[in-house]
Parts: sequence; structure tokens; C-alpha cells
Amino acid sequence: MEQLLQQAINGISLGSIYALIALGYTMVYGIIKLINFAHSDVYMLGAYFGYVCMTSFKLDFLPSLLISMILCTLTGVIVEKVAYKPLRNATRIAVLITAIGVSLFIEYVTMAIAGANVRSYPPQKGLFAQSVNLGNINITMQQIIIVSITIILMVLLQFIVKKTRIGKAMRAVSIDSDAAELMGINVNTTISFTFALGSALAGAAGIMVGIYYNSINPLMGMLPGLKAFVAAVFGGIGIIPGAMIGGYFIGIVEVLVSGYSNSMYRDGVVFAILILVLILKPAGLLGKNTREKV
Amino acid sequence: MKKTAKSNLAIKLVSLVSTFAIIQLLIYLDIINDYLQATLATICINIILAVSLNLITGFTGQFSLGHAGFMSIGAYTCALITLRNPTIPGFILGVLSGAVAAALVGAIVGLPTLRLRGDYLAIATLGMSEIIRIVFLNLDEITNGAAGLQDIPQFTNWMWLFIYTTGTVLIISNFIKSSHGRACISIREDEIAAEAMGISSTKYKVTAFTIGAFFAGIAGALYASTFNFIDPKIFGFSKSIDVLVIVVLGGLGSISGSIIAAVLLGIITTYLQAFANIQMILYSVLLIIIMIFRPQGLMGSKEISLSVFSKLGDSLKSKKGRV
Amino acid sequence: MPILSVKKLTKSFGGLMAVSNVNMEINKGELVGLIGPNGAGKTTVFNLLTGIYEPSSGTVTFDSNGVKKDIQGLKPHAISKIGLARTFQNIRLFKDLTVIDNVRIAMHQNVKYGLISSFLHLPSYSREEALLTEKSLELLKILKLGHKKDELAKNLPYGEQRHLEIARALATKPALLLLDEPAAGMNPAETSQLTELISWIRKEFDLTILLIEHDMSLVMKICERIYVLDYGTVIAEGTPEEIKNNKRVIEAYLGEDLNNAGD
Repeated sequence: MEQLLQQAINGISLGSIYALIALGYTMVYGIIKLINFAHSDVYMLGAYFGYVCMTSFKLDFLPSLLISMILCTLTGVIVEKVAYKPLRNATRIAVLITAIGVSLFIEYVTMAIAGANVRSYPPQKGLFAQSVNLGNINITMQQIIIVSITIILMVLLQFIVKKTRIGKAMRAVSIDSDAAELMGINVNTTISFTFALGSALAGAAGIMVGIYYNSINPLMGMLPGLKAFVAAVFGGIGIIPGAMIGGYFIGIVEVLVSGYSNSMYRDGVVFAILILVLILKPAGLLGKNTREKV
Repeated sequence: MKKTAKSNLAIKLVSLVSTFAIIQLLIYLDIINDYLQATLATICINIILAVSLNLITGFTGQFSLGHAGFMSIGAYTCALITLRNPTIPGFILGVLSGAVAAALVGAIVGLPTLRLRGDYLAIATLGMSEIIRIVFLNLDEITNGAAGLQDIPQFTNWMWLFIYTTGTVLIISNFIKSSHGRACISIREDEIAAEAMGISSTKYKVTAFTIGAFFAGIAGALYASTFNFIDPKIFGFSKSIDVLVIVVLGGLGSISGSIIAAVLLGIITTYLQAFANIQMILYSVLLIIIMIFRPQGLMGSKEISLSVFSKLGDSLKSKKGRV
Repeated sequence: MPILSVKKLTKSFGGLMAVSNVNMEINKGELVGLIGPNGAGKTTVFNLLTGIYEPSSGTVTFDSNGVKKDIQGLKPHAISKIGLARTFQNIRLFKDLTVIDNVRIAMHQNVKYGLISSFLHLPSYSREEALLTEKSLELLKILKLGHKKDELAKNLPYGEQRHLEIARALATKPALLLLDEPAAGMNPAETSQLTELISWIRKEFDLTILLIEHDMSLVMKICERIYVLDYGTVIAEGTPEEIKNNKRVIEAYLGEDLNNAGD
């Protein structure tokens, strides 16, 4: 029982990371129907930006987090403007290939600048190094911080999407971008804003993974990115709460599988769940099945 | 009509035989050295992969990101067979078994997943291919796990590559020009209308998927036998992406496009090797630029065919007639 | 003898009854009209008959050469093979393919050569393909599209696209043909040509026809019997003359004068 709880806590921490990345995938997909492969690399950049802030500039966690989020926001917006915007009317597969191109570009530019080898985050001091023990269950301060920041960011996101003008515009564009445009919504600004939001969250996820797992490399985005996308599909792609649920679900499943059976099968189980969900409920847990009009 | 068909066949045969002979000569003269021979093998394998994926994605309209999975089945099957039976018959048996095994898995996987559409299918096939990879990773006793299989006997040479590559291209382009092939294309065009015209969309999606997997299996087998070494990492998600990139660059629904793109990319990457540290950066920039300026790919859905030449011939003849 | 009998056909989407308790009988050789205001559920009935939607309840029985078969819930391609073909209201041609390929695809169900023959282009391939091309061309000529066989379907003018839809449906060798608004978007001259064409193909191909149409002149002129659908139920059935004077029909079409139509 205690072991199960311990695993659950580890799963929730990992799930927070997946959920934050998944939100970016799901929002972008909802608005322009693109699997933004470059998103996982924005997450990787977030980890590197945080690393530079903490090692070169000796900044604390919070300022590093903010700077990393801002820089990732800029990256996301620039990627959208330079690579995706010219393809607004092209086939979806062409945009997808462009996204793959951008993803490779970010990975290998990072590799050229920072080198291909793994780097370690500076050891955490003070509050971050502490942990809480409840019986035999150990909760590290890092886990508490990851989960709290994730929750704060999600509440903030919900507020932006539900209560602000730009949030309304986002929802309108995702339902019907032509109609939204006719209603006077600036579709391009709205799309850029969506990339900005998603990238900021990915940046936060990046730096938190840095302090949690302590090691980063230029290709670190690939697998978590894929799993975060699986999380988004699992919850129902395009649906914000779906991405959160999916992220936590995948995180917990993964930790439980590696805790109780061969950890090599961890990723296999995640993908098997994905395929099952797709076959049984293709639109995801919270999605509605739509039928084609004849 | 009949006459042009016969002369077209003759032109095709002559150009095929001369391509084979010229390259064989260049290898003999060592102008194509060992290093370039590896490039040549990569190009041939990529042509097989791209043309077979084009059948699934370009012609039947089913977005698949799982080609590396089928490739790995072919590679492991062939490697295991030739390791135990390192003879030419063993190699032929290995390639065929690899292809059949991949096709079987393709059919089994395709049946439930091909009900999905568009991106959902893409993600499901991606997941499936990752599962195949993880299974190979964990079947330690058979596949040697993450360390991979070494010292796979090398049987592929230019002749085998040429036979398998032209065979694949001919069979798939023949299929596309048949009624069954048109049934596949009709699903891409409008699945509901195709069904209403008596085309079983499930049957033809699975058919295309199975044929595609079969040839991906051949490509995998050739890979194992060319490079002597395989491990699960080679057949990851980025391999599927590489193949998709070739197909889209060449043009969805264009076999000649796939071939041209595979050859061009093979040559480009060989030359970029000189700039090893920025090779991938240049490649990615190229990819983005091509997609922005030519999103339909190099060939669109058009084919280069001999009819261009025969039209030229006709116009010449008619001019002669007037004189 | 009915070729098609529909009993208590019902379809609901979520809570919405799109079609409820529809009964219809169509006899062999008849030309029957299905009319009704916009949103009455006509196309939904077609989609139910051709298997694109699965009925919530009810039966559809099709008589193919004396063998009665329940076809509700079958896949569209299976229904097509039994002998029921259709056109689409919002034209669904294979628009990036040539005109002749559109027809050849619809003839695919009669192709006998197998996959191996298609891979290797064996003699059976050449023989059957030649036959297929010849038959397709014949059909195209009948619909006055012979000279356009190599054009892409999307490049045809609108009226010819409608003709190609009919040619494609005929290529499946149907016993019963469902036409969904074949005259939509046509001018009066084109409509009257189409009216003649429909009568002619019916005789030539020994067809039974059920058609949805908004153009009352066409419906009243060629249909022998008419079903009127409103809010998903059949509100009237009878000869054109009876329908013109039916009070409920006039109410459903409030504002449209059926008596003026058909002249």
C-alpha cells in the first residue's frame, strides 16, 4: 500500500510534466489541426534556457522559470510566424513535414551550440533539497513544487481561455476559423497567441524536468513529446481538460508499470493503451464522435 | 496502340539493363567505391520504403507513421535466418520470410486500426511501430535486446539491390494501374462515394497496407544484409519520419517522385557528410524551404513516363509525313 | 411485386428523430418520387437505404431476382453489390481522377482478375481491362460524355458532373437507382433534357428509380407515384395528381403552389 502511494506520488509528478507539454499539443491541434512536432523541442529548449540561467547567471529557480518561459514563448511564436504561417493554405501533410523540419532544426542547432552530451543541472540547495516524510512515503520538495506550479499554470490557463477576450477568440477560431474571421477576430494573432501559451507551458515543463531528473540533452524532447501527444489524444485532442487528464493518466501508468513489472515495457504499455483508446473511442476520453455529412 | 506498347516495353528494358550495366561497370572500375556503394544501397532501400509507403499514404490516402515497424520485422527475420543459414538460398528465404512476416503483421494491425482516419490513424500506426520496437528490445534471447544482432552475413550486392528495387517499383506501379489499384485510389478521393460504388474500403485499405508492409519487410531484410548489424534503435520513430519525408518531398501519389526524392536525398546527404556537424541543420532547413515553396512535393501527383517521349516521337513522325 | 419494401424505418441522431416510422414500397419498373420541404429527412432516407447510416430500427427488404434479402445494417459496398446504386446531392465524384476512371472504378465489383494478375499484368489483366474500358466508354457515350473521357472530373461543367454521377451509378449495374436531386442547380433547358434522359435510361437499363427532387416540374412530369416526407414521417403517398391536391402536402409546402408546377 505504501509502495503504491509512493508510486502514485511519483506518477503525479511525472504526469504534471506530461500534462504541461500535452496542453501545448492539444491547443495547437485544436486551432490549426497540426501535430506540432517542434513542440517537444521547445520543451527541450526550456530545459536549456533554465540551465543557462541557473549555471551562467546563478539565478534562483523562480526567475529562471520565468525567463525560460518567456524565451520559449518567443521561440514558439517565431517558429509559427516563419515556418507555419506561409503554409496556412497548404495541405496538412505539408505543414506536418515542415513541423518535422523545424523539430530537427531546433535539435541540431542546440546540439551544434551546446554539444550532444548530457549536461547536469546544478545541485539544488536550500528548500529544493529538502523532502517530507510521511511514514515510509517520501515526497521531495521538487515534487511538491512541480505539482504546485503545474496546478497554478493550469488554473491560469483556464482563466485565460474561459474569461478573457483572447481566450474567447481562441475557442472561436478552433471551432470555425473562417466564421471567426468574419466576426472580426484576427485569426493570425489568435494562432500566434495559442503558440505562445503552449510554448510557455512547455518551457515550464522543461526547466522542471531539469531540476527533477537533473540531466538534459538536445534530444531529450523526443520521447516525452511523443508521450505527451499520446496523452493529448487519450484525453481527446483539442480539449484542454482532456490533455490534463491524459497527462496525469500516462504519468501514473508509466510509473506503476516500471514499479511493478519490467520497466522496459513501460513505453510499450503507454502505446498499447493509446491504440486501445483510439480503437474503442477514437475521439478520446472527453471527445465527441463526429460523423461526416453526406 | 499495340505497337507503341511494345516499343515502350523495349525502351523500358533497354534503359533498365543499361542502368544496371553502367553502375556495375562503375563499381568494377572502383569509381563507385565501398563508401559510395553504401550510399547506393541506402538509396535502393529508401526507394523500396518510399514507394511502398506511397501506396499506403499517397495512393490509398491512409496516413501511416509506422513503416519503420514493418521494416524492422523484415530486418530481424532475415538476419535471424541468414545467421543460421548463411547461404544464398538462405538469404533469398530470409528476404521472402521477412516480407511475409511484415505483411502478416501489417494485415493483423491494419484490420482494427484502419477504421481510424487521418491523424488518428497516423498516431495509431506510430504507436504500433513503437510497440514492435519495444518487443524486439525485450526479446533478449532471440534478438539480443538493445545490443542488437551483429555479424549478419552480407549477401546484398548491386545485383540483388537492383532486382529487388526494380521488382518493387514495377509491381507497385502495375498494381496502381489495375482495377484493384483504382479501388485504392477511389478511397483516397472519397471514401463514402467509393463504398457506395461497391468498393469495400476496409478490404482495400488492408490490402494496400499489407502490400506496403510486405515491401517494407523486403527493405528491412536488405538493410540487415547490407550493413551486417541491426538494433531496435535503427527502426525508431525517426526512421518512419525519414520515409514519410521522402514520399512527401517526391509528391504524394507519384512513384517517380518517390524515386527521384530518394536518389536526391541520398546524394545530398552523402555530400553533406563533409560538413558532418551541420549536416542535419542544412537538411532541416532544406526540408522547410521545399515545403514552403513547393508544398505538393517535387512531382505533385504526376509521373514521368515514356508517353512524353512517344508524344515527341509522334509529333516528329507527323512532321515527316507532311514533308 | 415490390423490389424494395421499407417497414417502420427509423433513425435518430442523439435525441433528434431524423426519420421515423417510414413505410415505403417500390415496385419493379416504377419511377417513384420522394419529395418534402428542406430538412424533411429525404437524404437521410437515402443514406439509410444505401447503408451509409445504420437505421435505429425498422427493416429494408430488397428483392434481387426473386430472392428477398434484408439489407438494413449492411455496409454500403455490400448493398451496392446487391443492386442498389445512388447519386449524391452534393456531387461526390472522384474529382482528381479522369472521367473514364470514375466509371471504371464503379465497374470494379465485376472484375475477376486477382491481385497477382494486377501485380504482373498477366493476360487476364489485359483482357479484362480492355473490356472494362470498352464498356465504360459505351456508358459515357450514352450520357454524352464520351469525348471527355480523359478530362479530370473536377474540370467538367456542373451539368456534366451530374451526368457523370449518373453514369457512375449505372456502371455498378443496379436494379434500383436512387437519384438525389439530379436537377439541382440546372437551368430549365438542362432540366428538361435530364427529364428525358431519366426516362430513357430507365427503359434502356430496365431500372426501377426512386428520386429526390425539388424541381416540381420534373417530379410531376415523370414520377408515377410520389411519397411526401415532412419532419421525418411520410405524410402522403399517391399519384402526382393526388399529391397536388392533398391538403397536408399543401400545408407542408405552405407558400409553394404545386398546381402551377409541372407546366
